[in-house]
Amino acid sequence: MTTTDPNLTSEHDGAVASTAGGTGTRGTRIIGIATIVAMGWLVAFGLGFSPEDRDQREAVRLLYVHVPTIWIAYLAFTVTAIGSGMYLFRKSLGWDRLAGASAEIGTVFVAVTLVVGALWGRLTWGVFWQWDARLTTTALLFVTYIGYLAVRRLDGTHEQRARRSAVIGLIAVLEIPLVHWSVRLWRSLHQEATVLGTDADVSMDGLMLFSLFVGVIAFSLLYLWLVMHRTRGMFLEDYLDDRGLDVALAARRAEAAAASVPAPPVGQRPEGTN
Amino acid sequence: MTVWRIARLVAAKDLRIEWHSRVLTNQVLPFAAVTMVIFAFALDAEVVLERVAPGLIWLATLFSMLVLVQRSFAVEVDDGALDALRVAGVDPRAIFLGKTVALGVQLLVLEVVLLFAAVVLYRQTVPIGGLVLLVTTLTSATCGLAAVGTLYGGLAAGFRGRETLLPLLTLPAVAPVLIGATRAVEAALGTAGAVVSDGWPWVGLLVVFAVAFGVGGSLAFGPLIDE
Repeated sequence: MTTTDPNLTSEHDGAVASTAGGTGTRGTRIIGIATIVAMGWLVAFGLGFSPEDRDQREAVRLLYVHVPTIWIAYLAFTVTAIGSGMYLFRKSLGWDRLAGASAEIGTVFVAVTLVVGALWGRLTWGVFWQWDARLTTTALLFVTYIGYLAVRRLDGTHEQRARRSAVIGLIAVLEIPLVHWSVRLWRSLHQEATVLGTDADVSMDGLMLFSLFVGVIAFSLLYLWLVMHRTRGMFLEDYLDDRGLDVALAARRAEAAAASVPAPPVGQRPEGTN
Repeated sequence: MTVWRIARLVAAKDLRIEWHSRVLTNQVLPFAAVTMVIFAFALDAEVVLERVAPGLIWLATLFSMLVLVQRSFAVEVDDGALDALRVAGVDPRAIFLGKTVALGVQLLVLEVVLLFAAVVLYRQTVPIGGLVLLVTTLTSATCGLAAVGTLYGGLAAGFRGRETLLPLLTLPAVAPVLIGATRAVEAALGTAGAVVSDGWPWVGLLVVFAVAFGVGGSLAFGPLIDE
């Protein structure tokens, strides 16, 4: 993309210039370094300093990943809902891209929660999966946002994509409480013995609580860092879609113009003509 | 009231198309019947079948619903009929309500046939005491299913890959209906010693679901198809 036709003015040009070197900025670099430091801190506390649990033994260490990731996933889906609502309100594609980026990362975090939770369940309960209300809701939450991400990939213009996914993002907000309610009702009526809750809030050791806190900080920073990069990455993808065709057309027109008039001296050919 | 009048016209149009094309009777009902038969192959033992019959009725309903929804929007997209309706200035809420009603009527027919199949194939009995619960459950569950089906059907209509997208979006969304309607029908039929009074809390869930998606769908349908 060497040609920049002055007639093809775009609202994004200034922003593109600022992301010309990739999706990183000073801000993301600082957050990125902070994330690495916090992750190192989490490894030290989670695997090293924190004691093993009386009942769960070493398996308790999985919770320092399990609990923060699901909290951040809830945060991510809340951001998606807010971004969706704001898009319908303001019609600015920036909100749509924030919603999409946040949903992608939230989905990955839920996947991490489910995998780590299954491993923890195998160690603690003896089974990978329990048809417990919270587990079932989380699994359906995961599938719902996989569907949301699939809707984002349907073909159409950016505005069509934004409107469709904003509506689906808001419908998910309607859907999740209903799913949660129904699954809770289902389990409460049909299960004699209540299974252990998936969280570890029963009289936690101070150091364990602190390790969990470190986990929340580390994964919050990771989320923030990923969302910033992904939102900018989506912006560049959209920009390429918008401008790629224009640029190609301009190049072909310049080529045709060059062919119809006597060839200009070497060195004065319009830029971008190959 | 004009929205309701247009919705009635849209519903009547859809039902007339179905009446003439006979897709429901010639393809969807046989498909549902085959589903009921292959469930029996998979579960084998009669005892198990008797126990899980209400759930199988609703599973067969959900699978058949996916076919019906695709059909419902295929007739709109094929000749650009949906665009024509929009260009004619028809309120999207009216299209949504009309298509929901038409889909709901077809689903009700399907559910009654499946219930009958369960009586014959899975040895279910319909006690008189559970009849009110049964009818209420079928009606409220159908409203919720039809609303969700129409909403996501409208979204997926006219795009490549819609056949695969529709189940992915629809099935997690209708999970509450599957849970609630199965328990309520178990209570109505007295499966595994369930009593009728157990079923009513589930009907509450089904009604809330139907209202939420009815209102949400009629608001969201315009932005979804308006492109």
